[in-house]
Amino acid sequence: MISDLFTATVIMGIISSGIRLATPYLFAGIGEMFGQRSGVLNLGVEGQMLLGAFTAYFVVLRTGNLFLAVLAAIAVGALMGLAMGFVTIRLQATQGIAGIGFYLFGMGMSNLLFQKLIGVVENINGFPIIKIPLLGDIPVIGEILFQQNLLVYLAFLLVPTAWFVLNKTTLGLKIRAVGENPEAADSLGVSVVGVRYFTVILGGILSSIAGAALSVALLNVFQQNMTAGQGFIAVALVYFGSWRPFGILAGALLFSMVNALQLWIQVLGIPIPSELAVMMPYVLTILVLTLSLSKGKGPSALTKAFEREG
Amino acid sequence: MSQSTKNISSPPRFRLSAIFDALMPVFATIAALLVGAIFLLLLGANPITAYAALIEGAFGSFNALAETLVKAIPLLLIGLGTCIAYRGSVTNIGGEGQMIVGALLSTWIGLSFTNLPGWLMILIAMLAGSLGGAIWGGLPGVLKAYFNVNEILSTVMMNAIAVQIMNYMLRGPMIDPEQAKAASQIPQTARLEVAYRLPRLAPTRLHIGLLIAILLAVAVYILLWRTTLGYRIRAVGQNQAASKYGGIDVKKHIVLALLLSGAFAGLAGMMQVYGVNYRMITDGSSTGFTGNAGFNGIVAALFGQLHPIITIPASILFGGLLVGANAMQRVVQVPSALITGLNGLVVVFVVSSEYFRKRNQRKRMAALEASADNEPPDRPGENLGEVTA
Repeated sequence: MISDLFTATVIMGIISSGIRLATPYLFAGIGEMFGQRSGVLNLGVEGQMLLGAFTAYFVVLRTGNLFLAVLAAIAVGALMGLAMGFVTIRLQATQGIAGIGFYLFGMGMSNLLFQKLIGVVENINGFPIIKIPLLGDIPVIGEILFQQNLLVYLAFLLVPTAWFVLNKTTLGLKIRAVGENPEAADSLGVSVVGVRYFTVILGGILSSIAGAALSVALLNVFQQNMTAGQGFIAVALVYFGSWRPFGILAGALLFSMVNALQLWIQVLGIPIPSELAVMMPYVLTILVLTLSLSKGKGPSALTKAFEREG
Repeated sequence: MSQSTKNISSPPRFRLSAIFDALMPVFATIAALLVGAIFLLLLGANPITAYAALIEGAFGSFNALAETLVKAIPLLLIGLGTCIAYRGSVTNIGGEGQMIVGALLSTWIGLSFTNLPGWLMILIAMLAGSLGGAIWGGLPGVLKAYFNVNEILSTVMMNAIAVQIMNYMLRGPMIDPEQAKAASQIPQTARLEVAYRLPRLAPTRLHIGLLIAILLAVAVYILLWRTTLGYRIRAVGQNQAASKYGGIDVKKHIVLALLLSGAFAGLAGMMQVYGVNYRMITDGSSTGFTGNAGFNGIVAALFGQLHPIITIPASILFGGLLVGANAMQRVVQVPSALITGLNGLVVVFVVSSEYFRKRNQRKRMAALEASADNEPPDRPGENLGEVTA
């Protein structure tokens, strides 16, 4: 019953799986953040994730090589990012609608390839748990934080790295300048187009890795539409986190912890409608977006195409 | 629309390029089908056989055509809502959720009152469906207008919330009493009274919803171009600052655009229940109920250049692609999911083709100015309407 939730084992289980489940949100959310900070809204994250998830899973199924799988996912993500970049930067297409197009494309293609090339749901051996020496031996905290798989560690390392790149490097300065005032950045000699291509391709790669994390590191299986809206949530997390890496981290953990809680509620057979639990993060996101004071402070040039005068 | 046909004196080559512009979506679709042909070849299927099977499956027989039209109904309704919202510059991608809530509300009413005359219940259900969708679309509208919450995000979130409400209702309060007793516990409602079903147009599954949707397309055309409300929605979509200066309540019209758009989606959900399935059933996802119509309807509207009348044939075309995809799957063993992917490419190509259209338009404008013709250029606000004139 409900009191079952408050035993040490269950609480640890929830936190531990919550941290694992934050992985795809972090990869995709940070990737989306870079794009948006430079002025490009990519709504096709879900499609990129699905293609990444399928690619990585397929490579593992055929070769058993996990690193090759991630490399393949990176290649597919880069291609998807390049296509999105070409359409929205070079051809200046409406970003939101183009993103929906890429979402449908990724969904259709991943379903098509799965049905044609695999067909049956089959488990694979995904990334193994790596226990960090010493830290992994700390009771409770060690088990929760330092007995995870490689992609989980990388996702959490990505947060401070992204923060550093964005705030402490020239590249980050250029990205922010291009997103705030592309004309000024351009007049200072920054290549607006180049920076945007970079962030959109990076976003495609990270989204694709997010999908791969689902299929070869967390669930170790591919199912049609397995991302189940996580790509769209990743986009929302960028707004939720006010375009800051640590804000996205907070949002990602909120979503993943509630997901984990919901899974445990089902496992323990507690009579709370699981639908209510699944719904909570979405309701919460809308509430936070409605009430937060910092909203609307996104990059000024977000969704605006850049064209040099004359 | 009539204003834009003023420059009759312009040289014929300019008119030719205007026709070229109007056909952009057609080229975009052909381009997507060509890319699809490459995929088919890579998957070891003959593209000609595949596309022949697709066309045959979509339009080849009376029954096939009827199925295509059945599929086109929700696409058209979602598309009409898309026309209104996007003309008002609000991006509603909450069609899925709005369909679900409209369906839930109308189904609940239909199951609660079992002894009304059929026509009355159908009328009430249509209103209930529209109301459900309007609430689900209007809420993001209020959040956008008064709390500055991005509507793309809120509509996506509302989709997810609607799915969970549907799952909860169909597994719990609204579950078919038979299923509640049975061990299977299939999450579905009881069947609606036979009298409540939408009348069929022929001895097929095609129902009267098609006629209603076509009438509504005309109504949306009139709304957008012949009423003050429509003019204001479009004005707000074109230029918020100017509209505000001109005395239009911008916030109110943002809410109205999303609310109306949601109402059409809600009606689409109602028709899916009262016209096709006669009950609601869930597989846990939104696609399970909507068949992705909430997104594919946007594709149809974009193809129809956000013009309600052109969205009619566009919906039939995409309905046909979806129905024909199953026939293609049977004949060449390529999964019908290919068509979802190609729909995505159509969207990408259509929005990309805007670039070339605008470039042509600029060239035309420059040429007009150069010819020292004193005639005023086309009203810039009428861009999208103009090519469809």
